[in-house]
Amino acid sequence: MSHAAAPAHRPRIERAGLSERLRPLIPWLLVPAAILLGYLAIWAQASWPLLEPVLNEDGSLRTRIFDLAPFDIRLSSWLTLTVSGLAMGMMIFVMASGLTLVFGLMDVINFGHGAFVSIGAFVGITVLLAFPGLAGAESLAANLALIGLAALAAMAVTGILGGVFERVIVRPVYGAHLKQILVTMGGLIVAEQMIHVVWGPAEIFIARPEMLKGALTFHGAAIETYRLMAVGVGLAIFLAIRAVMRHTTVGLIVRAGVQNGEMVEALGYRLRLVFVGVFVAGSALAGLGGVMWGLYQEVVTASMGAEIMVLVFIVVIIGGLGSVEGCFLGALLVGLTQNYVAFLEPKAALVSDIGLMVLILMWRPEGMMPAGGRK
Amino acid sequence: MTARRSWLLAAVVAAILAALAAAPFLFPGVRAMDTAARICVFIVLAASYDLLLGYAGIVSFAHVMFFGMGAYGVALASTHLGREAPGLVLGAGAGMAVAVVLAALIGLFSLRVRAIFFAMITLAVASAVAVLVSQLSGLTGGEDGLSFQIPRALSPAAKYLSEPLTGIDPAALPGAIFGGGETGGLFTEVKANGKLAAYYLVFASMLVLLALMRRLTVSPFGSVLMAIRENEFRAEAIGYRVVRYRIAVTCISAGIAALAGALYAVWLRYVGPDTVLGFPIMVDLLLMVVIGGMGTIWGAVIGVTLFMLARGYLQDLMAAAQGAVAADLPALAVFLEPDRWLMWLGILFILSVYFFPSGIAGRLKAGR
Repeated sequence: MSHAAAPAHRPRIERAGLSERLRPLIPWLLVPAAILLGYLAIWAQASWPLLEPVLNEDGSLRTRIFDLAPFDIRLSSWLTLTVSGLAMGMMIFVMASGLTLVFGLMDVINFGHGAFVSIGAFVGITVLLAFPGLAGAESLAANLALIGLAALAAMAVTGILGGVFERVIVRPVYGAHLKQILVTMGGLIVAEQMIHVVWGPAEIFIARPEMLKGALTFHGAAIETYRLMAVGVGLAIFLAIRAVMRHTTVGLIVRAGVQNGEMVEALGYRLRLVFVGVFVAGSALAGLGGVMWGLYQEVVTASMGAEIMVLVFIVVIIGGLGSVEGCFLGALLVGLTQNYVAFLEPKAALVSDIGLMVLILMWRPEGMMPAGGRK
Repeated sequence: MTARRSWLLAAVVAAILAALAAAPFLFPGVRAMDTAARICVFIVLAASYDLLLGYAGIVSFAHVMFFGMGAYGVALASTHLGREAPGLVLGAGAGMAVAVVLAALIGLFSLRVRAIFFAMITLAVASAVAVLVSQLSGLTGGEDGLSFQIPRALSPAAKYLSEPLTGIDPAALPGAIFGGGETGGLFTEVKANGKLAAYYLVFASMLVLLALMRRLTVSPFGSVLMAIRENEFRAEAIGYRVVRYRIAVTCISAGIAALAGALYAVWLRYVGPDTVLGFPIMVDLLLMVVIGGMGTIWGAVIGVTLFMLARGYLQDLMAAAQGAVAADLPALAVFLEPDRWLMWLGILFILSVYFFPSGIAGRLKAGR
């Protein structure tokens, strides 16, 4: 060989700089940052009255600017708030995950997603009320079995309804955002009215099963058992979705479909079928989220789904449409912000979520982790 | 052919507007005049929403929020600055200014990236504002709302003529014609008081704003909006700045919605979260615009009138139908419960989006 296989120069791939490598991690760091910031805010509020000068005995004013509150002054409130913020975030994530995947995969935005939350909650509550013996039993196993049964029933019903919804409401309007928004909104209205028809117009109050009623005390902070369970379930579902997305063929097709659907179809995969599956799974998850949310609030109403959708949309937007991880982090941020702010200034709670959304959109206009190259 | 077809639409719209113009003299009673005034206000609101939804193809869920801002502007001005007209105008102007600025901000944040963000963000902002208004009870009266006074010239206490004017009761018309010259019940008395003046203020404002919006839609601006709606990419390629046009139309429609809210507040002399804010009104508005017909201002006129009338009559009809089937088909009777009227309207809404995207106005235009 007279010609060298490669030219004489030796190309070298530069290792990305530290800031480059940290960039994708920033959203993950936001959650601990929010927890820390929440603590600082609570502590600062406790210190605030100390900043006012006091009158000395000799009539002079003494400033107490350096007499800040001790650092553990509201540690217990902060701990309680953090757990409830995480629990709320996990529940919102369960409801939002299906929505973001459906959008990422087929560019379909489902404003009727909240209907599945409400229906799931009503089905779950019906199951819980049907077995008062299990709910009242002082056995954690019996209680958990009952909740598991309620969750399964709710997921089955909302999954089937999701399939019907996709077929009847969503399929005729593929590719037209305006019509999608209007039609799925119409679906929400009809579904809410159907709940009134089946379960009556009144709200239903529900007590949690016996063993999930109490609270653990940890360093003086009361942490409700149910919230810990919600955190556990939410985390398990996040890890399960992540595992499916990363390690299975279906997950691979879904991820590829989010990035470039046409290409996946050109390779011979029937993306439409995958999409129906994702829609059904997303609806079932919304139903599960509905059961969890209903037990958290201890009351279910037909409009609860539409109300929680406000938070779900904020989460989906700040997470980046189509990204499960972004949705997870966004949900935790929203849950934490909502709880800390509700403690500091109750009236600002919902506005604070809008503020969070504005901040994140100013930083990353497409959301924290936008998925896919397609637009 | 074409001329005859749009003539049908024009005739329907003209009939509605004529009926509204003569409403105090044609339909006796306080309730009828109140319904007519509400129809006038909602025609403005629905037409301004159609500007956004039908012409620009942008879905907003915050339109009622802008409506509420105008209404609360008038209410707050009237409470704090007194009942004189300048305060009223100032309040309406301030409400409108806040609405326009907020619309511009939301537009900048969402339309810049993805048009679909807009629908979600408006939903979030509108519900946050609704919650805020009911919580800040010191300023807004909370859930109870605010009752206030309007200029004396528009209140029922003001008398303009010592003699009442003459109206006609159409319900008595058959009796008068076939009943042999008995005309006692045919003519009604219409008091020429401030309430009548307020009605005509609302009606005239509606006509002016409607004409303004009609002018806007046939202007080059309106054509560009429709071009963006049909093909965003092509409009951009021709050289129109899509985002600017979208933000502009968002601001214009928000401003007009605020004016409609101000008119509503003047008419009701009351504002509250349930009357001028909140999601149920937004749903009503969507139904009005979509059923009436997106993409024509006249569709809003037809949709609002139909909706307002249906709202009253549909419930009566359903009650009657429920009574008829209750004995034989109890399962069906549940669906005919008068409280479930929204479900039937929702189904009608979905069907009209599928099969009649241009609504009733579009059908009338097509002459079928």
